[in-house]
Formats: sequence, structure tokens, C-alpha cells
Amino acid sequence: MHGSAFLLELGGVILLLAVLARVAQRFGFSPIPLYLLAGLAFGQGGIVPLVTADRFIAAGAEIGLILLLFSLGLEYSARELVDAVRTSSRVGAMDLLLNSTPGFVAGVVLGWGVVPAIFLGGVTYISSSGVIARTLDDLGWMGNRETPLILAVLVIEDLVMAGFLPFATVLLVGGSAGRVVVSIVLAALVVVTILTVAARYGPAISRAVFSDSDEALLFGILAVLLLTAGATEALNVSAAVGAFLAGIVFSGPAADRARSLLVPLRSVFAGTFFLFFGFEVDPGTIPAAFPAALVLAIVGVATKVGTGWIAARRAGIGRRGRVRAGVALIARGEFSIVIAGIAVAGGAEPDLGPLAACYVLLLAVCGPLLARIADRPAPRSASLGG
Amino acid sequence: MAVVTEIPLPGIGVRYEFVTLDGDRMAVVHHRSGVRELVLFERDDPDTSHDLVRLGTEDSRTLAELLGVSQVAKELSELEQDVEGLAVDRLPLSAASPFDGGTIGDTQARTRTGVSIVAVLRGDAAHPAPGPEFALRGSDTLVVVGTPRGIEELAVLLRSA
Repeated sequence: MHGSAFLLELGGVILLLAVLARVAQRFGFSPIPLYLLAGLAFGQGGIVPLVTADRFIAAGAEIGLILLLFSLGLEYSARELVDAVRTSSRVGAMDLLLNSTPGFVAGVVLGWGVVPAIFLGGVTYISSSGVIARTLDDLGWMGNRETPLILAVLVIEDLVMAGFLPFATVLLVGGSAGRVVVSIVLAALVVVTILTVAARYGPAISRAVFSDSDEALLFGILAVLLLTAGATEALNVSAAVGAFLAGIVFSGPAADRARSLLVPLRSVFAGTFFLFFGFEVDPGTIPAAFPAALVLAIVGVATKVGTGWIAARRAGIGRRGRVRAGVALIARGEFSIVIAGIAVAGGAEPDLGPLAACYVLLLAVCGPLLARIADRPAPRSASLGG
Repeated sequence: MAVVTEIPLPGIGVRYEFVTLDGDRMAVVHHRSGVRELVLFERDDPDTSHDLVRLGTEDSRTLAELLGVSQVAKELSELEQDVEGLAVDRLPLSAASPFDGGTIGDTQARTRTGVSIVAVLRGDAAHPAPGPEFALRGSDTLVVVGTPRGIEELAVLLRSA
């Protein structure tokens, strides 16, 4: 550590995040694109590259990734996961097919090879449950008929991601065909083992960790989280997956309290994670990546609107509801960055970073914006939402 | 009660829907955070809903109270049941009582029986938290809080000085 230089640099970065979070709050938008832009400006090749605080921020980013996935696992109870799969698996399959194909095809066309193309498919596939939940709430759409459908699609996407990450990580590490097969079997075993533990001992573990003291509870939860994430990483199954599964383990009062206790911690470290992703992208590569990102974004809007429209029509919902279901799903955000971040950290195609950054910048902004436009013609008796 | 449909909103909470007597479809969204939203659907278009109002935990309680689910009566009866050894009772003051025309201070209720007089009901009016100088009349009803035994003692005391 470099004493004053380190503190000043870190303080400057945090001050910047504070200003950006405030700006995003003021205009009712997701702060994720702003954090990415800030990362671009202050990372390698940026306007003012950081010197001393970058190692700390790298560690913070790793914790941010784990906390993002952990809170995602905490969000859902086992019952909600089962219900969503039972009622909406066909819609989920259509969503996967329509939205991952453009990314995969683009990766192949750009000559990246199959593994980076699979990751790009993941980037274009997964909607941002964070941005979307907020948009639904801001626009007062929670009462709408199509909203349970939108949320079910998001649940399935998150489950697919939990299955996708260990699989893709194994492909990223590569090696001989035999080794890849062994790794995939190992990854599947780890996932099944943790899920079984969650189903059988989840309530017991939750009770054991629960405490009336916030401090004791928080440390207990973080210990379970970091140890699970570390253990899965050691088995080459990606810490992100371990964190997601650890989130599912907790239920009941422990999960309720953990959710509220972790919110501030997650905000801080997730902000650091997006910033760090921007750091790693050389701004010089952005202009070259932009055209492809723009095309993918336009296709990405169309495929999500199509997904929502078809899903809502099958559920017998009228035109307005179909449009809303479509536009609500457009936003991409945190999990596209998570997938791209894992690929970049694993040494896959270097162009994936700038492309994913541009893609998320475009769609994290366009998604909520298009949703607001779709909402406008609605005759509203009162504007008390939000 | 009308038939209430429960619709899970994964990651958000639960939505409850029902059709009112007049045929309006209404929904209450329970957010996990404790926030409640009231939603009303257009009669001829189930895809258009109006987000009527957003309520915090306190607001929901106030609204429930105003809708006639008397929270005060409920809490009072809960208090009687939950707090062991504590009783709430109403003691009528007859016109023959020696304290007709006297003050609460004159009864020395708290010193002699440990019971507090928390309100005096007179006709349709309630006088909450009366001071020791409060003048009592025959036909008043006293709302008292104390041990069951203390209340019995006070009842005897009020009848005969």
C-alpha cells in the first residue's frame, strides 16, 4: 500500500461512484452504464489511469461478482424456482433460443471461435433482472397481467445462467476432450451436491447461522458465502456459481434479514465490479467494437420484444400487455457483464470485453426508455407510482 | 369474503386479486419490503390497470383502521390476553358512590390499589388520561388498568368510602 496516494486515489474513485449513483437516481436510470463509462475513463488507456488503487479495486470487483450472484440466489425461494420452471419452461426455452442465437452467430461470424461465441450468446441472452424489476416498479406495472410472466422468464434465465456458467467455464479452460468431459461431470456433481444440501439442510443451516445480532448474522452469512464460492472456484466451477447456489441455501428469517443487510454491501462492491470491468477495457478498442454492438443491440431489442409478445399472446393477454411484456425484457445489464467478465478473466477473445460493454451501455439505457414510451398512451387516473 | 386469487411475483412478493361487489377487479401487491400497492383494473380491458396508491407499513395500518377493521379494539384485547397479570376493565360509578362530585385524586386509587384510571367515559364522550383534579360524576364509567385483584379492590372502594 502507498499510504496517502492510495487513500486519495480510492477516495476519488468512490467520490465518482457517489456522483454517478446520484445522477442515475435523479433521472431514474440504472447506474450500471455510468459505472462502465467511468471505468473506461479511468482504466488502462483512459484519461486518468489509476496507479495505486487498482489492485484493491480488482479484489473488490471479485467480491462484487460473488455478492451479485449471491443476492440473486437469495431473491428466490426454492418454491418460486420450481413454480417458474413448471409454468414457464416452454417460454423460457423460446427466450433462450431467440436471444442467445444472435450472439453466438455474431461470435462465429467475427471469427472468434466457438467458445467465445457461446459466451457472447450468453451476453445477448440474459436480461437484467435488477434493471427490469426497478422499471416495473417505477412504471407501476406490478399489477399488470403480464408481469408474473415477465418475472417467470427472468427466474428461468437466472437458472439457465447458473447451469451455463460452470459449463462455459470448463470449455474456457479447455484441454483434451477427455479432460473437458471429466471437468463437466465434476461441475455437474458440485452443482447437484450443493442443491441437494440446500434442499435437505437449507433450513437447518439457516437456523444455525441466524442470530439476533446483525453483526453475527452478517459474518456467518459471508463466511458460508465466501467458503462456498472459494471451494467451487478451487474445483474449477466458477465462484459465481458457488455464490448463486449459496444464496439458494438460505431461507426463512435468515434470508429475509440477509437480503436487507447485504443491500448496501452489494451496492458498493457491485459498483466496483462494473467499474473494474470498464477498467479492463481499453477505450481505444471501443470505436471498433461499436458497429457490431449496435447491430446486436437492434437485433436484441427485436428478439426480446418478440419473446415477450409471443409469450404474452400464448397466455391470452391483449396487445398492450404483449407490447409491455416485450419492451420490459429488453434491458441487459449486470449478468451480461458477469458472463463477459468471466470470459475476459479466463483469457477468451479480447474483443468480447469492449463489445459487451457497448452492448450493455446501449441496452441498459434503451430498455427502460422504451418501456417508458410504451407506457405513455396508458390513460392513468393517478401518477402516484414511484 | 370474495374469492381471492394469489399470484406469486418471484423476487418481488405476491399479488392478491379479487372482484368487488360492483364488479371491479382489484389487486393488492404485497412487496417483500412491506410496501403495499393498490391496483384497480379497467372493467372492459383487463390489460389496463391503474396503480392507485403505494402504502408503507404504517399507511397500510392506517388504511385498515379507516376501512373499519378496528385495530385499537384488537390491540386492546390482545393486550389483555398477552400481558400476563395485567387486566383492563370498565368500572361504572353509581350516583350513590361517595366519589360522585369528588376528584380522581380523592379516590387515591393508585396509592391504595395500584390501579391506574386511564380514561373516563361520560355519555358519548371519552376523556383519556384524566389528571388527579378531574371531577367525577355518578354515571361515569372508569377505564382502569391494573392487576385483577387491584381492580376488584378499587371496585369495592368506589362503592363505599
